[in-house]
Amino acid sequence: MAVLETQKLCKSFGALTVADNLDFRLEPGARHALIGPNGAGKTTFVNMLTGALAPTSGRIFLNDEEITNKNQAARVGRGLGRTFQITTLFRNLPVLDNVALAVAERRGDALRMWRPASSHREIIEESRELLAKLGLADEAATTAQELPYGKQRLVEIAIALGLRPKVLLLDEPAAGVPSADSKRFLEILEKLPSEIAVLIIEHDMDLVFRFAQRITVMVQGQVLVEGAPADIAADKRVRDVYLGEATHG
Amino acid sequence: MSGYSADPRIRWTEWIPWVLAIGFFFALPEYLSLGARVLVFILFALSLDLILGYAGIITLGHSAFFGLGAYTAGILGAKAGITDPFIQLFFAGGAAALLGLATGAVILRTRALTLLMLTLAITAILLEIANKATNLTGGADGLSGVQVAPILGLFRFDLYGKTAFLYCLVALLLGWWAVRRIIYSPFGAMLTGIRENRARMHAVGSPVYWRLVLVYTISATMAGVAGALLTQTNQFVGLNVLGLEPSGDILVMLILGGVGRLYGAFIGPVVYLVAQDYLAKQYPEYWYLGIGALLIFVVLFARGGILGIMDKWLFSKHKSSAKASAP
Repeated sequence: MAVLETQKLCKSFGALTVADNLDFRLEPGARHALIGPNGAGKTTFVNMLTGALAPTSGRIFLNDEEITNKNQAARVGRGLGRTFQITTLFRNLPVLDNVALAVAERRGDALRMWRPASSHREIIEESRELLAKLGLADEAATTAQELPYGKQRLVEIAIALGLRPKVLLLDEPAAGVPSADSKRFLEILEKLPSEIAVLIIEHDMDLVFRFAQRITVMVQGQVLVEGAPADIAADKRVRDVYLGEATHG
Repeated sequence: MSGYSADPRIRWTEWIPWVLAIGFFFALPEYLSLGARVLVFILFALSLDLILGYAGIITLGHSAFFGLGAYTAGILGAKAGITDPFIQLFFAGGAAALLGLATGAVILRTRALTLLMLTLAITAILLEIANKATNLTGGADGLSGVQVAPILGLFRFDLYGKTAFLYCLVALLLGWWAVRRIIYSPFGAMLTGIRENRARMHAVGSPVYWRLVLVYTISATMAGVAGALLTQTNQFVGLNVLGLEPSGDILVMLILGGVGRLYGAFIGPVVYLVAQDYLAKQYPEYWYLGIGALLIFVVLFARGGILGIMDKWLFSKHKSSAKASAP
């Protein structure tokens, strides 16, 4: 049983096809990477998975339940969490509130109107624990926009974890993080609970090959090849269209 | 600031408006009618601050709810013979809530300019209905002879506005208390989240649209109650409670005072209505000029409104005194 599955997923913008019959499976507890050159359609694919974009055709299943026509909130409620490629935080709010808003939604506490938010100890404790796990305990009171960029990327992950997802989509989590910090990033990703199935989209090949147990390569809206990291690294087609190109960059 | 990191305890400064109101009651008995009017508009501005300042819903149609509440209370008191003030308030709030729910469910799917135009259209439609339905509303002549029974059977609305002032003050106190609780609650934090970053709220599983409909309905209810209070204190309703003008006025009041700060809704109406009262007596033809100049000043130089200026001033003073006391 796959926790997340797509069947013949297609997306076209006019004449431009950005997803072409994508069949994809994410196994329970997977550490799966999705790679491909720029414009391969990776982010479009993630946006269809989360419900931010409607597919032109095809079906999406989460834990064997069809979610193709469910909205974003319903998918999150069923255990699908994501981070954004472009940092999408509550910039003017303290880091603690960034996480607490997610925790409150997951707990179903977001409609409580009477008791002050700051006296909801359960929400705050849980948020602080998450921040501590990601090494952000000291930044809880700082507003998100005052954090250095690398730490903002960690807040992205903290928010997603606050949803206790069963499936976590990481859209270029380390994008723009200085390479000195990317090792620390890897450590944090490796510490993610093993029961969460993780799909990571990433350009940092070092990070991908260390983290992923399975890799899917996308080119021009199609799956080129899928396999274990060693197989992908040895695949000639992948070298041609992607790795070869990447080493030039 | 509200939210999970905020201290929700009431600070001493938050008692100032209430102390001033009580002081006003004893010191300036000849101005109590104006005072009651100011209190009503503060409640109206508070309801607007909840959706504009916290949830980020931009509207030019908030008078729809204020006006509907005003006419509901008026028609009950003048035509239906239902004179108990609390029953009038109840039905006014209820009618406004239903309108808020029904229109919010349609228009809150849109954003920005579209939303602005739709809110304006709704209050314009209501204005036209009130203008045409002369049997019920009195049309352009207004609805006079609104009967309001003594409050609790004890306190009659008197000529000097003593009862009206205290009645409105109690209503405002309750409204302020409710809004303050909402703002500091997880619900209020969630509204701030929607205002700050809607895409992010979607991604944490928040059904943003329904949440907006809910807060819009709450705000509409408050505005409806404020409208009914105005009717009860004046025992008259005119067409000037509906349409663009009162919507614009309340928006200007809130912007003058400061949006999203809770107490901006207190300062704005005081400044606006007192200036209106004073300037209209001195310069009956040009009084809007003064309001206009004040608004331009605030928008150009003090984005946070009058409260924003005071904040800045107090903060810089605080900082410099902290600097001076440092070794």
